[in-house]
Amino acid sequence: MTRLDGVPSTEDQNEDADAADRLLRSTGAPVPGQRQVPFPLQFWRSAIGKKWAMAVSGIVLLTYVLAHMIGNLKVFLGKNEINTYAAWLRTLGEPALPRTVLLWGLRTGLTAAFVIHIVAAVQLTRMNRRARPERYQSKRDYASANYASRTMRWTGIIVALFVIFHLADLTWGVANPHFVRGDPYDNLFYSFQRVPVAIFYIIANIALAFHIFHGAWSMFQSLGVNNPRYNRWKRYFATGFAGLIMVGNVSMPLLITTGVVSR
Amino acid sequence: MKITLTVWRQSGPNARGGFETHHVDDVSPDMSFLELFDILNEALIADGKEPIAFDHDCREGICGSCSMMINGRAHGPERGTATCQLHMRKFQDGAHITVEPWRAAAFPIIKDLCVDRTAFDRIIEAGGYISAPTGSAPDGNLILVPKAVSDTAMDAAACIGCGACVAACPNGAAQLFTAAKVQHLNLLPQGQPERWERVVNMVTEMERWFGSCTLHGECEVACPKDISIDFIALMNRDFIKAQFKQRRLTGQHA
Ligand code: FES
Repeated sequence: MTRLDGVPSTEDQNEDADAADRLLRSTGAPVPGQRQVPFPLQFWRSAIGKKWAMAVSGIVLLTYVLAHMIGNLKVFLGKNEINTYAAWLRTLGEPALPRTVLLWGLRTGLTAAFVIHIVAAVQLTRMNRRARPERYQSKRDYASANYASRTMRWTGIIVALFVIFHLADLTWGVANPHFVRGDPYDNLFYSFQRVPVAIFYIIANIALAFHIFHGAWSMFQSLGVNNPRYNRWKRYFATGFAGLIMVGNVSMPLLITTGVVSR
Repeated sequence: MKITLTVWRQSGPNARGGFETHHVDDVSPDMSFLELFDILNEALIADGKEPIAFDHDCREGICGSCSMMINGRAHGPERGTATCQLHMRKFQDGAHITVEPWRAAAFPIIKDLCVDRTAFDRIIEAGGYISAPTGSAPDGNLILVPKAVSDTAMDAAACIGCGACVAACPNGAAQLFTAAKVQHLNLLPQGQPERWERVVNMVTEMERWFGSCTLHGECEVACPKDISIDFIALMNRDFIKAQFKQRRLTGQHA
């Protein structure tokens, strides 16, 4: 038998291993016990710990996505509204903290959540591939896995690539020829004049909605939050959240590019 | 009924396998899926051919040995039934059915449709027990268990260890099996002394062999005992709690 970590198990080396076991037994030095590591790493090493980390970082990311959407919908209220909001973000935490310190703190936390979420996803995916090296040779007939749950990897990759482009477009400005620092309103309108860019925004946000549809439901299970009394609300919550984010975020490129909303 | 059966044949653990197609006539709708294999095997033996190896024992859905991926579903299309309880009347006359063994790194194929499920025993060894005093039998009902709790524990204890959850899981995870075995004991007073140790040890052993859960829910549909994925959440909760718990203060040994 193959253990996922590639180490032959002690049982496999046991004289009394049953016949089927013996067929595939690999021999060698006794298996050393796993090295003990300090508490948080020990937890992280387990797949359930990684899923927990994915759920917690997922909650951070969901909160951010919601706040980001609400803030940016101000674009429909006019240039002054959104630009004031953008400037306010920099003064957040003042006067207790110096200018932009809290903003950078939030950015650091957000980046950490992204990194944890992605690293855990990659490691778990590799673990799952190892768990079934030989695929089914006939066609699988899925009964409960839905489109969203089966495309988490792909929607995740689309969203990750989109985030990089989105930063280059509207934060760093390198992907936006008309970029003017501190003027998100005009930057956004110029950006969405480019139809392919607007389409990419729309596709990425639909992918994000699918990702949330499964993620915002399954995170409760990963955290062990389960009670028949409110279990169905988990589904409603995930569907509602995904729908809200999709409508809100898609409305911006859609309405601006088609000219329904103009400057 | 006439049935066309495409079956996975593999002569040994390391041999190359492949599909083989057989036509079986005179199938009675009242036959079980395993009886279909019985008559096919009798015909193969009469022809001097090697019969198809498949696992079976009780043929009444309680032992968990029958294991077949039927048309891409573990234990076939019916919910809450093991392969032995699946009847041919559930198929159309003239149906073409494809049968494959469970596929997972931890379930190596022994021959044809037989796989080695020893990895499940390793998980049980890691914590699927309680410590009980020896000596004369204690009085009945000495430990009171609320009805709802004993019902839930029984729902988990219904697991027959067939491996359909692993087979059906796109990630090859054994979460439903392990969750059922952990929670069946963790829910009851008798399971409390080892509660936190049990969940950590069984999960650790499980993760040495199997994939991780992404909550597709395929296991729940495949399970011949209809065990709910809610048990996976309960297991996750116990595992997470076990990480943060000060076990000495709470009276549970580490
Ligand atoms: S043969 Fe025992 S469960 Fe099917």
